Amino acid sequence: MFDTLSDKLQSILGDLRGRGTISEDDLNKALREIRLALLEADVNFKVVKDFVASIKERALGQDVLKSLTPGQQVVKIVHDELTSLMGQGSSKLAFSGRPPTVILMCGLQGSGKTTASAKLALHLRKEGRAPALVACDLQRPAAIDQLETLGRQIQIPVFARRDTKDAVEVARFGVEQSRAQGRDVLIVDTAGRLHVDEGLMEELVAIRREVKPTNVLLVLDAMTGQDAVNVAEAFGERVAFDGVIFSKLDGDSRGGAALSVKAVTGVPIKFSSVGEKLDQLEVFHPDRMASRILGMGDVLTLIEKAEAAAEADEQEELERRLRQGILTFDDFLKSYRMMRRMGPLRNVVSMIPGLGKQMQGLDVNEKELARVEAIILSMTPDERSRPEIINGSRRARIAKGSGTTVQQVNQLLNARKQMQKMVKQMSRGKMPNLQSIAAQQRRR
Amino acid sequence: MSRTWAELLGDEEPPEEAEERVSRRRRLLGRLRTGLSKSRRAITSGLTGWRFDPDDLESWEQLEEVLISADCGVRATAEIVRQLEKRRPKTDEDVFDGLEEILADLCAPAGEAALDLSATPTVILVVGVNGAGKTTTIGKLASRLRESGRTVIVAAADTYRAAAEEQLEIWAKRAGADFVGSTRGQDPAAVAFDAIEAARARKRDVVIVDTAGRLHTQTNLMEELAKVRRVIAQKLEGAPHETLLVLDATTGQNGLRQAQLFGESVQVTGVALTKLDGTAKGGIVVAIGHELGLPVKLVGVGEAIEDLQPFDAGDFARALVGRAEDE
Repeated sequence: MFDTLSDKLQSILGDLRGRGTISEDDLNKALREIRLALLEADVNFKVVKDFVASIKERALGQDVLKSLTPGQQVVKIVHDELTSLMGQGSSKLAFSGRPPTVILMCGLQGSGKTTASAKLALHLRKEGRAPALVACDLQRPAAIDQLETLGRQIQIPVFARRDTKDAVEVARFGVEQSRAQGRDVLIVDTAGRLHVDEGLMEELVAIRREVKPTNVLLVLDAMTGQDAVNVAEAFGERVAFDGVIFSKLDGDSRGGAALSVKAVTGVPIKFSSVGEKLDQLEVFHPDRMASRILGMGDVLTLIEKAEAAAEADEQEELERRLRQGILTFDDFLKSYRMMRRMGPLRNVVSMIPGLGKQMQGLDVNEKELARVEAIILSMTPDERSRPEIINGSRRARIAKGSGTTVQQVNQLLNARKQMQKMVKQMSRGKMPNLQSIAAQQRRR
Repeated sequence: MSRTWAELLGDEEPPEEAEERVSRRRRLLGRLRTGLSKSRRAITSGLTGWRFDPDDLESWEQLEEVLISADCGVRATAEIVRQLEKRRPKTDEDVFDGLEEILADLCAPAGEAALDLSATPTVILVVGVNGAGKTTTIGKLASRLRESGRTVIVAAADTYRAAAEEQLEIWAKRAGADFVGSTRGQDPAAVAFDAIEAARARKRDVVIVDTAGRLHTQTNLMEELAKVRRVIAQKLEGAPHETLLVLDATTGQNGLRQAQLFGESVQVTGVALTKLDGTAKGGIVVAIGHELGLPVKLVGVGEAIEDLQPFDAGDFARALVGRAEDE
């Protein structure tokens, strides 16, 4: 009932992929399914309409239906269109030649501006800049306190004024302070406002006029529905934002709003904010997102994370073995530990090609991971490298040693078997070849 | 028949309220209308020049689009259209009349839409994703409860977000409610426990428990929430008497998932739909009503305290299809 967009598209396209011939009726049926899948993912209905129309036009125009591999052709067209809709290449922030570079944050109430501001500040400091924050949300009770608390957590200065109700004045104060204290980037956190609230939109325009920002970022909740385009259009008209931060992307929303906003405003999404922790801000890669939607997984982000988490040789060794289709419990343990260093597992899992679907419904509970580790550590080295020798009595011993039950040990044994199968398939090239994809993407 | 606060809270209707009823209703409709005027425009502009022709497929498709663009979702839209087809409408008027009834029916499913405040103290647990508007809704609800003559304690069991407690405390002061706080990082269940203790000791009527926003996919945080509920239930039999899911009207189809998962972990009894004063149409509650049978109890149509209103399905449906009476 709640299939992800990528699952849906995969099954629709999978249907087509296998076909030797496709009639126009088949195509129409598939397009109808694609339309529904996109609508359920909250892609704006007008965008969906155009999207489906252009796929149909291309599919019919290129005589794909008569070609030898019509299914593949249609899949390729859908992928191309989706990628072009999302845009290509990541889009970076602009920096002013005369510091401070001002970044103005705006958005609806509850979209996550304050958290995103703090995350962005931390991100910039990691890039070697000296950011500061200014608290211009004078609407919500305790908003200043919130920003100050976050600022203390990440040790980044927060400029605030409690003696005025004039957000423009506070913004000006922030710029002056940044200059005086030698901060080279100033992030202006503003009050959440409805795009139809004339008074507050006017205030935002006034702040923009005052601080002359180099970047105006719209913070948009990934769970937004059809209204996303109205919001984006209205903010665009008034403050001409030039980038989007997509927040709360770590939920299970299908993220159709990202597609819609890019398609309607043409403004790129620059960052995605994916968790509660302040270091969880990622540069947004639209082409990767398109792949993720299509179920090709986000291999690049995964590789980047893996590289950051794993020792290079350790990783090479693991990769070599996986390519040979080997997966012992030692490898299992190694990759588990590596993965755990990469952050919450459910974020990681969603990036693995083909795994999104298999792992669905399998709730990744971090506590269970500790149990997995305990079970493996209770195995002898011999058992770890040759799991097939684990018989009934060995299972009982392992369960006892790890403080688990035989059923839990069995579960893990089965899980490894499954993964071994997948690894074998992968080594036979049934799934995208990680290295060639990575190399290809890097060449871009 | 429009719903008043007395109805929502299950009170005898005070005479002045009865007298005021018509004007109140006008005001509410006015607010909803202002709130929904943009939506209404969007809806009606979606149907501009639309002449319903029961035999024209395009006519039906346009209708579908209008409902989809209001976030009603594919399945609820299909259901609405199916029910509408059964009525064999002939004219635009037939369609609008039918829509009104069907929509009202879907977002006010059989469940009792009043708040159950019969117990003393009554415990209301408030949950939702980050940024839905929980704390603000609680502040406003506390004010309305105080106005109805009840004594209220608000409990800041959002021990996670920076300054969440300060925000709630400010609201508590505005409402004239007692405030039970915590230290940051404290176990939220303990805060709820303390608040119920305090309510008993001080003989307060209602305890409203604010919780940290959390995405419904965060298993550990959902577990934490379930624990808060368990502790409340152990502390006071029958509590929490109401568990409200606060839902942002701009939410798309993910709202269904939220309602489902929060429902599974803390047995949600109703929805508070916030931020209905933007251009978002809040059609997601139609989908939620259709698929989960969960009633909407409160709507937020603006910043002011009086902008929190009892949900009235008829008014909502009328406003949604662009027929709020033009008085």
